[in-house]
Amino acid sequence: MNAPSHVALGQPLSTTLFAVPGMRCAGCIAKLENGLAAIDGIASARVNFAARRVTIAHQSSLDLPALKAAIAGIGFAAELVPDIAAVDDREARRLVRAMAVAGFAAMNIMLLSVSVWSGAEGATRDLFHWLSALIALPTIGYSGRPFFQSAWAALKHGRTNMDVPISIGVTLAVALSLFETFTGGPHAYFDGAVMLLFFLLVGRWLDCVMRDRARDGVTQLVRQTAAGGYVVIPDGQTAWTDARRLQPGMTLRVAAGERLAADGEIITGSTAFDLSLLTGESAPQLRAAGNIVYAGTLNVSAPVDVRVTAAGADTALADIARLMDAAGQGKSRYVRIADRAARYYAPVVHALAALSFAGWMVAGAGWHQSLIIAISVLIITCPCALGLAVPTAQIVAAGALMRRGVLVKDGSTLERLAEADLVAFDKTGTLTLGRPVLENAGDVPAALVPPLVALAQASRHPLSLAIVSAFAGHGLAVPTLTDVKEMPGEGLSACWQGTAVRLGRPAADDAGLAAAFEAGGWPPVLLHFSDALRPDTRVAIADLGRLGLDASVLSGDRTAPVTKLAGELGLDAASALSPADKLRWIEGRQQSGRRVLMVGDGLNDGPALAAGHVSMAPSSASDVGQNAADAVFLGDSLLPVPIAVRAARRTMRIVRQNFALAVGYNLVAVPLAIAGLVTPLIAALAMSGSSLMVIGNALRLRAAA
Amino acid sequence: MTGLLLLIPVALGLGLVGLVAFFWAVRNGQFEDLEGAGMRILIEDEDSDA
Repeated sequence: MNAPSHVALGQPLSTTLFAVPGMRCAGCIAKLENGLAAIDGIASARVNFAARRVTIAHQSSLDLPALKAAIAGIGFAAELVPDIAAVDDREARRLVRAMAVAGFAAMNIMLLSVSVWSGAEGATRDLFHWLSALIALPTIGYSGRPFFQSAWAALKHGRTNMDVPISIGVTLAVALSLFETFTGGPHAYFDGAVMLLFFLLVGRWLDCVMRDRARDGVTQLVRQTAAGGYVVIPDGQTAWTDARRLQPGMTLRVAAGERLAADGEIITGSTAFDLSLLTGESAPQLRAAGNIVYAGTLNVSAPVDVRVTAAGADTALADIARLMDAAGQGKSRYVRIADRAARYYAPVVHALAALSFAGWMVAGAGWHQSLIIAISVLIITCPCALGLAVPTAQIVAAGALMRRGVLVKDGSTLERLAEADLVAFDKTGTLTLGRPVLENAGDVPAALVPPLVALAQASRHPLSLAIVSAFAGHGLAVPTLTDVKEMPGEGLSACWQGTAVRLGRPAADDAGLAAAFEAGGWPPVLLHFSDALRPDTRVAIADLGRLGLDASVLSGDRTAPVTKLAGELGLDAASALSPADKLRWIEGRQQSGRRVLMVGDGLNDGPALAAGHVSMAPSSASDVGQNAADAVFLGDSLLPVPIAVRAARRTMRIVRQNFALAVGYNLVAVPLAIAGLVTPLIAALAMSGSSLMVIGNALRLRAAA
Repeated sequence: MTGLLLLIPVALGLGLVGLVAFFWAVRNGQFEDLEGAGMRILIEDEDSDA
């Protein structure tokens, strides 16, 4: 599908990966691939539709903005997928290979076992046992590695997990079967051991796929804060420089609409900066020569030159990232429910096996007979269903949630979400949309709408964007303006059909979030804006209340607007909090035994998101917010929060039912095993039966969200 | 017994062929873009000189 290349042979090519969330159909694939490949300097483009990504092989001379512009020229918004975020699916691949091998081996051994169970005897049985051994040994060596490694790692640290009884069970079963094969005995458990591995690998793989898939979705939404910037080089020109290569002392030329890639001091020009990434406040702040500006903030109105004072790991942004790292440590100590179950399960199982061995020895059965019985106890109790109980339920629930627009990063998120009993919301961007909305569009005289929209289109100021979107879809013929000027902090002016028009700061300072529009002799129009609540906010908070979660507002914004909003919603509020304050608030609550669900979006929420028992971020969040959160929800509505909590609780109910099923099966099977009645046939039937039951129960979660 | 000696290797061999084919498919990225593969059928191939 790659069109002819316009690239001279022998030139070194680089490949760059872009996320293109806007592609929807086959036409988009063709447009992107053919359109990009037709551009000079691009050798080929390949779309991955499932991941909504395009990989471009191009000459190194084409820089990032040029590639982005090329994709924009075809009609798609694209974001660079940073190297670090490129999904590492090596683990999933390793598990798929192990699963394929185990599946192949299980089928073939089962084929041989069926003939043994049907009554093959003597030389034929021995031959079949030998063949089974031949298939099983390399399989267990290959497919069993994930379990052996994990069990060994746990034992080395003096802990135990689900993999310990699995590894012991499989190893002993194979050792016993080998002994039986050598001595020409009647029972070999190769089929059971390999089938067990296969079922467990299915569970393990599902778990892994779920993690990868959600991470894919999240990185897809990640907006690159600033991959680099234009550095002024001595001859007065500018060159695109990667953020990693920026150094203190360099001068960055930051155009309006660009994000800063480093901390610095403005040396020429003045402009408004959108600091919402750092403070969570959406109203832009004026910054002029001599002011310090921070990496990640957005230059809204005019180009400025900035001398870099700190880059890379020294920026204020990186400081917050470190705070987040430290806050996230607590979460990594969370013990998954499966491992908690294993803590009780493993000692009981091993004690049972040891007791049956001792019991039969005392009863005079001989060491061979006693050993066989002890091992069959181990095999029958091998937590096959337990290994599937958690991941199947969680992946089905995560799939259901994904359809409702909630991306869950891993299974433990659902476990922690079900335990939350307190919810803390950030204000700007979380309870509210985080973007101003024009409230009085009707006040603008119809004749003035076209020049107003034309003027607003000339700027990337959030208020201008709000004006444009308020009148979008009205089918306006936007006139051409001449002499458009943007004065940082003051506003825009231009000439419209010989009339001077101005859009800018209102005369009165107490007008709140507002702008004044003046055109020639018309009376000035005062435009009011507000940061609107997300739709369904009240419903969502009431719903959370019914689920037993108290809600609070944690905001970095000034006290007055926060208490006003909290009062309207009937919530407790804490305002003017720094990122560290939010972190302390959450840690304080958690030390007193509460489980906090943090919902936030900004960089300033990063540490709080990382520290919360569990956290969610809207898809409009900063990439820091999305990375720190355990789950990301799409769309403007806040309803996905209670939906996710409810689905998580249903998931945990199903997980507990699955545990009960698995334990119930053991209550029936273990006495049989202790009584010495379990043959390989019964073991195989019991194992697959209980696994299917657990999977079937988990599938009930398909409509969980 | 002679039948078995022939059939068992045949059965194992066929299974192995399937396994190898699966490994090949995974390694060659056949499962990378399952949605896109279905959609690509709908793309008209434009007449090109190349």
